[in-house]
Amino acid sequence: MTEDIRAREGDWVEVECKLLDPADRSKNLPPETAEKPLMMWVKGFALGEAGMGEELTVETITGRRVSGALSAVNPGYYITYGPPIPELTHVGRDLRRQLAEWREREGGER
Amino acid sequence: MATRFEALMARRGEIMRKALGMDYSVFEQSPVAFDYEGMMTAHGYSLEDIAGIQARAGVGSTPLLELRNLTDLVRSISEPGKGARIFVKDEAASLAGAFKDRRASVSIHVAKEKGYEGVIAATSGNYGAAVASQAARNGLKCIICQETYDSRKVGQPEIVEKGRICESYGAEVVQMTVGPELFFHMVELLDETGYFAASLYSSFGVSGIETLGLELAREMTALTGAPPTHVVVTHAGGGNTTGTARGLKRAGATETEIVSVSVDLSGLHMASDTDFNRKSFTTGHTGFGVPFATWPDRADVPRNAARPLRYLDRYLTVTQGEVFYITEAMAKLEGLERGPAGNTAMTAAVSLAQDLPREATVVVQETEYTGAGKHHWSQLNFAREMGVAVCAGDPKDNVPGKMIVIPERLEQIRARDFDVARMRTSYVRNALKNAPAGYAPTADDIAFLAADTNSDAATIEAILASLEEA
Repeated sequence: MTEDIRAREGDWVEVECKLLDPADRSKNLPPETAEKPLMMWVKGFALGEAGMGEELTVETITGRRVSGALSAVNPGYYITYGPPIPELTHVGRDLRRQLAEWREREGGER
Repeated sequence: MATRFEALMARRGEIMRKALGMDYSVFEQSPVAFDYEGMMTAHGYSLEDIAGIQARAGVGSTPLLELRNLTDLVRSISEPGKGARIFVKDEAASLAGAFKDRRASVSIHVAKEKGYEGVIAATSGNYGAAVASQAARNGLKCIICQETYDSRKVGQPEIVEKGRICESYGAEVVQMTVGPELFFHMVELLDETGYFAASLYSSFGVSGIETLGLELAREMTALTGAPPTHVVVTHAGGGNTTGTARGLKRAGATETEIVSVSVDLSGLHMASDTDFNRKSFTTGHTGFGVPFATWPDRADVPRNAARPLRYLDRYLTVTQGEVFYITEAMAKLEGLERGPAGNTAMTAAVSLAQDLPREATVVVQETEYTGAGKHHWSQLNFAREMGVAVCAGDPKDNVPGKMIVIPERLEQIRARDFDVARMRTSYVRNALKNAPAGYAPTADDIAFLAADTNSDAATIEAILASLEEA
């Protein structure tokens, strides 16, 4: 599916660039990081047409021009809450009960 | 041949001088010592000036709330006569949802005054949102450099959310994979754009937090007749502790005990591509807290304004599971659904309050906004996806990056003391390491090191002797 997606001039897109090859990276990195390139993603308005993975220049919201491989068109955010955490669902019930019982013993709310 | 990285880093001093609009070299006194107070006051703003800047910026004067239900619950598990009153400064009520607005407002004011076209900050946190929000209000352009993804382009939901909010406020968000070279690219961008470096660690930013200490001292005095006996601060880079403590002192609250708190992430490497998404806290943890306290000048400014060892009386750690439990409890008991940062200090406050007399007053000095990504449900569901076990049990069994243990009862929450004496030794070792080899500290250096570690000359001399032996 995604291979068919193309950016047209003016679209809000994201491009991917390699900032540093592993050999050029900072020393003293743990091996699992040192062996990977430092990658960067920047969003902006497409200054031309491109398919996914093809080179494209964008104009960012601050007006900078950045070139890279097209990685998304109109990129969104899909962070969510997910289901309740079973290990936490009892917390409110238990603590409210504990508080009420203690206040009853101690003679009511301060 | 020098790599691009090395070539740029060689020009770093010159680029940063231009981007900070300030020459730090005038404060240097020796290879070890510098004029800290001179640096902090060089901007020429009084605390009243800063309060005025912030009032115009829509920053500060957040509500101070007494947490009566939480206090009584703590008393229900404390020995007779114990159980301090707990309060919170609801900084989530700030424009961008955290105390970081205070920090950003002064930097942005300075950038605007000095005529910069835009600002740049390197941060994965609330500070980016605050800089972006204040930049928007001042008509300045804004670039936020963010360590967002691992090498598979999987992003911690909290960091992804923080990127989203920065974009929402009109910032350009430059997202990168794991690694300290984030700062390298920030310097590259400062060089390219000529924008102002809105560093988290400049004197502008840290001075902006002083109003938080000032406000809470005044508000507690109005409410209880005295400044708080204890202020509990979530601790990452050290600016929060430093600024709050300075503000408290300026308000005359010299007896208030400053307790810094971090989430224990020991064993996880902050520059590791694989550990990156195995932590449920992106700030307020020991991975920043310990290295920055023991060597503040690792920051992106020549001398860091955030120097927590100068101010903290105790440093406590709590576990991820304990903070998630308290986050859930705060919503259910106090009607405060807030993010993990302030709730880190809140977790320690629950433990601390049990050991203090009922007359004592404990203020947790911040909350932060929450929502999809930052929420404890998002974090725990993400942790499970990343292969971290989540279970109910005793927080003692917590293993950062492997197992998050959620307490079954409030009584199981116990903050642990981190050895501050050891941190002082480590700080002195780092100070010497950054001086020329064989440099012998003078009496003035020793006085500086004593002030910078909230100790005395005898302590520093003993540390120096022990380091020499080793």
